Amino acid sequence: MPKMKMEDYLIEKKLPFFWCAGCGDGIVLSSILKSFANLGYDRKNTVVVTGIGCWGKADDYINTHTFHGTHGRALAFATGIKLANPKLNVIVLMGDGDGATIGGNHLIHAARRNVDITAILVNNFNYGMTGGQYSGTTPEESYTITSRYGHIEPSFDLCNLVEAAGAPYVARGSVYHVVQLQKFIEEGLQKKGFSFIEVISTCPTHFGRLNGMKKAPDIMRWIKDNSVSIAAAEKLSPEELEKKFVLGKFADRDIPDYSTKYQAIIDKCTAKAAKGGVTIER
Amino acid sequence: MNVISINRNRCKRCGICIEFCPVKLFDTEIDGTPIPQRIEKCTGCKLCELRCPDIAIKVEVIKDERQ
Repeated sequence: MPKMKMEDYLIEKKLPFFWCAGCGDGIVLSSILKSFANLGYDRKNTVVVTGIGCWGKADDYINTHTFHGTHGRALAFATGIKLANPKLNVIVLMGDGDGATIGGNHLIHAARRNVDITAILVNNFNYGMTGGQYSGTTPEESYTITSRYGHIEPSFDLCNLVEAAGAPYVARGSVYHVVQLQKFIEEGLQKKGFSFIEVISTCPTHFGRLNGMKKAPDIMRWIKDNSVSIAAAEKLSPEELEKKFVLGKFADRDIPDYSTKYQAIIDKCTAKAAKGGVTIER
Repeated sequence: MNVISINRNRCKRCGICIEFCPVKLFDTEIDGTPIPQRIEKCTGCKLCELRCPDIAIKVEVIKDERQ
């Protein structure tokens, strides 16, 4: 097979992207497409499932099979696609509003079920497409269009949540640390089972503007200054860790995935039926 | 010497490449477009290409055979 390039997976005639100047979505999309190329993914054998939101529009630019679902339900659709044809590579793209707030329940249950899909959640701390309302991951005391006097709710730590729910691969990267991010995406795609990658991203138009970071480089620098690795985070006190982004791999374990277990049940039943033990009604 | 090409139709002038180039080789045009100016300083790290949100930068690393 010829070596694939990133451009093979990109619909170039649709560029420039519809995202705002300095939006991190484009950085994550090019990382994903480069990972596809490095792993030599077959376009006909790959399905990208997206939800609603700015990041949900990413499927417009991807030259594989794509499925644009309803808000928050991307993981539910992806589970169905993977179970209908377990040979497909299924990748789910969702934002923080889509995947962690409206579809939060789907996220923990997909992790618990351990269906072999790769979920890439781009966290820009607000609902960007609808005008910058706060989401489940908006940091405390930050300003959004619906929390003009400072946000009073604590935010979700998505990586800990998904790890506790039982996912075999959990990692957090950021759009500033692009080389590390691409490594996580490639590992997540290769991992058998539910792999979850959270990407800390930028929203200069809404979140950045209301929090004193009007320009894209300002918000990139904010991510850079507030990022710590897992090893460095262990030495910090809980007070120091507040408002910091802990980047790294939180879980990397081998547990049998849903499709493997389901196939085992099918094999067991067909073997039994062949012996005349049970009759399968069709 | 490496070649940095910028696709002006795709570039949205966000300034990320200008700000985060490790050797600060970009200058800014009046409308915010990056211009690769001190090209001899380019180390070929490709961080501008990787961090570009609009896939507008291409860095071609050319090895000098004479050296």
